[in-house]
Parts: sequence; structure tokens; C-alpha cells
Amino acid sequence: MLHIKNLRVSVEGKEILKGIDLDVNPGEVHAIMGPNGSGKSTLASALAGNETFEITEGEVTYMGKDLLDLSPEDRAREGVFLGFQYPVEIPGVSMVNFLRTAINEHKKYREEEPLSAGEFLKLMREKKSLVEIDSDLTSRSVNEGFSGGEKKKNEIFQMALLNPRLSILDETDSGLDIDALRIVANGVNKLKTKDNATVVITHYQRLLDYIIPDYVHVLYKGRIVKSGDRSLAVQLEEKGYDWLKQETGTEA
Amino acid sequence: MAREQDKIIDKVTSSDYKFGFETLIETDTLPPGLNENVVRAISAKKEEPEWLTEFRLKAYRHWLTMKMPEWAHLKIPEIHYNDIIYYAAPKRNAKYESMDDVDPELLDTFNKLGIPLEEQKQLAGVAVDAVMDSVSVKTTFQETLADLGIIFCSFSEAVKNYPDLVKKYMGSVVPYTDNYFAALNSAVFSDGSFCFIPKGVRCPMELSTYFRINAANTGQFERTLIVAEDDSYVSYLEGCTAPMRDENQLHAAIVEIVALENAEVKYSTVQNWYPGDKNGKGGVYNFVTKRGICRGDNSKISWTQVETGSAITWKYPSCILLGDNSKGEFYSVAVTNNHQQADTGTKMTHIGKNTKSIVVSKGISAGLSENSYRGLVKVLKGAENARNFSQCDSMLLGDKCGAHTFPYLEIENDTAIVEHEATTSKIGEDQIFYCNQRGIDTETAIGLIVNGYAKEVLNKLPMEFAVEAQKLLQITLEGSVG
Repeated sequence: MLHIKNLRVSVEGKEILKGIDLDVNPGEVHAIMGPNGSGKSTLASALAGNETFEITEGEVTYMGKDLLDLSPEDRAREGVFLGFQYPVEIPGVSMVNFLRTAINEHKKYREEEPLSAGEFLKLMREKKSLVEIDSDLTSRSVNEGFSGGEKKKNEIFQMALLNPRLSILDETDSGLDIDALRIVANGVNKLKTKDNATVVITHYQRLLDYIIPDYVHVLYKGRIVKSGDRSLAVQLEEKGYDWLKQETGTEA
Repeated sequence: MAREQDKIIDKVTSSDYKFGFETLIETDTLPPGLNENVVRAISAKKEEPEWLTEFRLKAYRHWLTMKMPEWAHLKIPEIHYNDIIYYAAPKRNAKYESMDDVDPELLDTFNKLGIPLEEQKQLAGVAVDAVMDSVSVKTTFQETLADLGIIFCSFSEAVKNYPDLVKKYMGSVVPYTDNYFAALNSAVFSDGSFCFIPKGVRCPMELSTYFRINAANTGQFERTLIVAEDDSYVSYLEGCTAPMRDENQLHAAIVEIVALENAEVKYSTVQNWYPGDKNGKGGVYNFVTKRGICRGDNSKISWTQVETGSAITWKYPSCILLGDNSKGEFYSVAVTNNHQQADTGTKMTHIGKNTKSIVVSKGISAGLSENSYRGLVKVLKGAENARNFSQCDSMLLGDKCGAHTFPYLEIENDTAIVEHEATTSKIGEDQIFYCNQRGIDTETAIGLIVNGYAKEVLNKLPMEFAVEAQKLLQITLEGSVG
């Protein structure tokens, strides 16, 4: 589904990602872990097409297409979803209007008929109960005045509505209390199918108690320095990132 | 990335004016120039009574003593008043007795503008007075309204058929001495709409005037007069467009509203005069005086405006709150793009007791434009317990445009409570990217955000026009991000 080859990304002339290789197949859950500043969010943003992040080298193929050649909106319409670390507030724009526009833009791209107001509201109700989001949130402006937890739940709700093939969740667990964490993780698990894939970016191991990854990658100073299965996450939790520094110190 | 942003702004701000076509129709015009003879000639063409000719002449003589106002935050190129044509009327028939008399070209023009004049094709519940250049072409639904005692006709017809009403109210809210452009209008006004709602009648349909400048080098000077007697209600809408021309065209109108006891008048404007091209060439100078007086107790006047057109806008729809417990409202969205300039706002004068006013102004500037809110809240000595709430928001798209707020307060009664809130915002790249990531392209995202920002005002428009106004905002800004 997603093949990343030697991806190098700079921000304002400073190289952050120094050659990333990663393959994600349908049905898989990948976790990307790493200390602050290792380039986790840069990877997520670059894949979504944020222009602040300049791609200096490498290739990204998604569903057989050159992902880097697509505009951010077309990446989204092709099924790439980014769960934002800091969801953006858009005052005055209601969630309902925002999401209906988004869904119908996806439909237009696939040359399908737009959803009527009735159909849309029905879909929204279904997805709301799936991710256990309060009705109240959808009647407000996009993320405006939402608490940290509400914002993150809202990201998962949008993911449920847009039904992406590849979801990249950027630190979705940060700032969540244990109940919210469980709701978010349950949402992700319920949305998992054999045809879609999830990349979970996280600083802490605790999210991985709820979302069981097939692969764990450790990102450090712009490179994936270690990949393994779930036990790698446990190891990291026990030994901390300092252990990694020693390990990679010999490699570097 | 700044460059990318500029590209988007360029794109959004460069969309074309959709109403720029010209109707090829023979017109009966006076030669350009302004003097007493021209004023007399206009009056004669309209077969006006002596008192009105005198009124025009007095206004003209007063105008000669005045200077153009210079206090607005506008750069107005010198206007050569002697190069302007002050009267232009579509030829063929002086009067239209029925639809068959109206030139098909004219009907076609209004059809193209989305204003069909055949009543069976009309929007349900909207009566229209269509004004092309200097004369009213057709007023629809006149008979239906007459059954209720409502008068809705062109200003010229009103002068002929209801001279007493016109004489009583014309100039009672905006005297010809009021300001430079009001004096000019009072001297040379050609047509406009007249509306009278008798005591106790709620007007069952939206009344609407549609103004179109067509002829070249022509100024448009229309007057609208609305009188709402005790316990009556009317909702009124005006729309305006003009062809694309390289030279600037002058539009100096007057609107007067009189609301008597318990009466309510809602006046909505969707102003889309030609704004000029991308480089600031051409466009309409829109210098308009609009004022309403809440003369009776418990009366209410509400102005709602969506201003997207014109090269330069100078306009302050105001309320004089004379009756006790009367209420004035001003809701405005003003969008400027490319080289457009707007200095617009309101004046709320509290005279009666327990009078209230609300001002909500939303400015949106893009391109190289300048957009100013200028508002005065004045509470006179006798205005016990006056209340005002003003909210003035500015939104900037791009970094080459300007947004300014000039609020003035003159409070002479210390029981007054006056509140003013102001905000300035930009559409953030992060907001656009968030929308993009959900599959929404940049132009649609701007449309969503701008309409969300202006929602409070757009919601005040009559339903039939709210959707149009939303589209208009999006078209005007197609392509701008900041």
C-alpha cells in the first residue's frame, strides 16, 4: 500500500528526516516511536503534503501512485488520513458543514452522487455512536473551544466518517486521560479492516496496550534505527530512550 | 511558501466579474455636464411639478458651495463632474403600460441578471422594481400590493401620483444640505423606488429594487424613500450591478426610511457594482447616503448590507432613534479585493429613552485593497438608558491589504451603556491545510471560512438572497488566502 524509499525532508533548510525506508501493507498496524525531536511529526506531515516540509530526496508510492505528486486534498481523497497532533480551530464553520463538504468532495472525486442532508445526518449518527463522541461536539464550530481530549476524539470521529485506506495518527494519545485514551483506541480498533492500514505515531508505550501494533519502528535523529514487533515497544518502555542512544551510538 | 501563498491569493483574487456585459440599446441622453439648465432639463424630462424643480435647483446651488468630504480613509481620484452624463434612459417608450411595451433587450438584460420581470416567472413572494440607468423599467406585483393599500412604484410615478406623500417625506431624513453627495443627488436624481406601507399592514412579500447602470459615462443618482406607518412592517432588498468599463462611473444615491409608531423596516443590500479590473482600472464610485429615522415609539429599523462590488465605497447606513424604545440595527459584510477601497459603517443617534442599537460589522480584505469600518454611536442628553453593542471584526487575506477600524463615541447621558468589541484575524495556513487534509480544496476552504466568519450577518438576509450572497462572497474572493 505505502512504500517509502530513502525519504529526506527539510524544514527551513534544516534536514529533519535523513533517509526513511518504510513499507506498510493492507491490514497492518505500524507504530512509530521515538523521543521528542526525532522527526515523527515531520514524517506524518510530509506524507500528508504540508508545504512547510520540503522533500529533498526519496520516493513515496501509495496504491501504485506517486504520492508526492498529488496535492494535499487529492492525497486525502485517495484515502490518506492524518490525525493531527494539534487539531486546528476554524471559528464560525460548523462541524456539520465542514464534514459534509469534506465527504462530498471525496464523493465528487470518485464521481459519486453527493450525500443529501438526511443521508449525511444518518451517517453521522452511526459514526458518532461507533466512536462514542458526544452529540454536542458536532453542533459546534470545528474544534473551537474543544478540550484537548475532545479534539482528539473528534479526529477519530472524522476518520470514521471519511473511511480512509491509510490513517496516520500523529500523537493522538498525547494529553488524553485514561478514559479518553480507551475511547480513541477502541475507535481505531473498530475501524480496522483487512483492507486498511494504520500508522500510529506515539511517544509513549501506553497507547500500544490498547492498539496492538504488528510492527514497531524507532525513529531517532531522522532515521529508523530499529524495527521489530510489539516487544520492542515494551523494551523501550523498560529501558527508556537512553538505551537506544547507546545502541545507535555504535551504529552511527 | 510565501510565494505559494501569493499564488493562491492571486488566483482567488483574479476571478472575473460575472455581470460585466453591456446591453446594446438605444438611449435617450442629455449631453454631459452639470449646470442649472441640466437640472431643469432633467426635471422637464420627468414632467415634474414646479416645487420639485425648485428643490433640485436649491440643492444644486448648495452643492456648488460644498467640497468633497476628505475625512474618509480613501484615495479618491479627482472627479470631473462636467464629463458625466446625468440623464440616460432606454429609448422606445417613455412609459411602459404593459410588459409588451418593454424592449425585449431590456427584459433579456434583467433575465441574464437573474431578475425576470414577468410576474409568473418571479421568485415567489418578491416584488421587484427594476431601474436601468435613469429610469424605472418595470415594477412587478403592483396590483397585488395595492389591494393592501401598499404603494410600491418608481420614484417618478410617486411624484406624479402621490405628490403629497413625496413632498411630506422627501428630504425629511436626508436633507439636501446633509453632505456633498446628498446635495448632488438631490439636484440630479433621476429615479428610484418609493414604498409606502399604510397603518397596520404587514407587507406580505419582500420588496426589491434592482439597479443597473448600463449607459457609458453615465452617473446613477437614484433615491429611495420608504415610509412605514404605525404598526406596519416591510422587508426591502436592493441589488445592483454594472457593465465592465474602463472608465469610472459615479453612483451617488440617497435612501430615506421613516418608521412611525411600532413600525419595523428591514432594509437589505447586496451591492455588486463593477469593482474595476485586477489592476484597479474602471469600477463604480459608490457614494451613498442612507439613513432611517425611528420617529415613532417602539419602532425599529434594521440595515443589512453585503458589499462586494465598487471600486470605492463611501457609505454609512444610519439610524436616528427618536421614538422611545426604538431600535436600530446595522449588520454589514464588506469585502474588498484587488485595488478596491471601502470606508463604510454606521451612525446610531440615540435621542429617545430606552433606545437600543446593535452594530455588527465584518470586514474582509484581500489583494491590495483597503477596508475601513467607521462608526459613530451618539447618545444625546435626553436618551435615558440607551444601549449600544458594537462588534467590528476584520479578516485579512494576504499581507498587502489593509483593515482599519474607526469607532467614535459621543455620550452625553451617563445612564448609557455602550460596548465595543473588535477583532482582527487572518485565515491561517494551518486552517487551510486542515481543510485540504480532509479533501477540501483551498478555494472551497476559503469559502467555508469566510462564510462562517460572516454567518452572523448573512443570517439576517431574507432567505431568497442569503444563498446568493454566500455565493457572491466566495466568487469575490475566489482564490485568496493569508
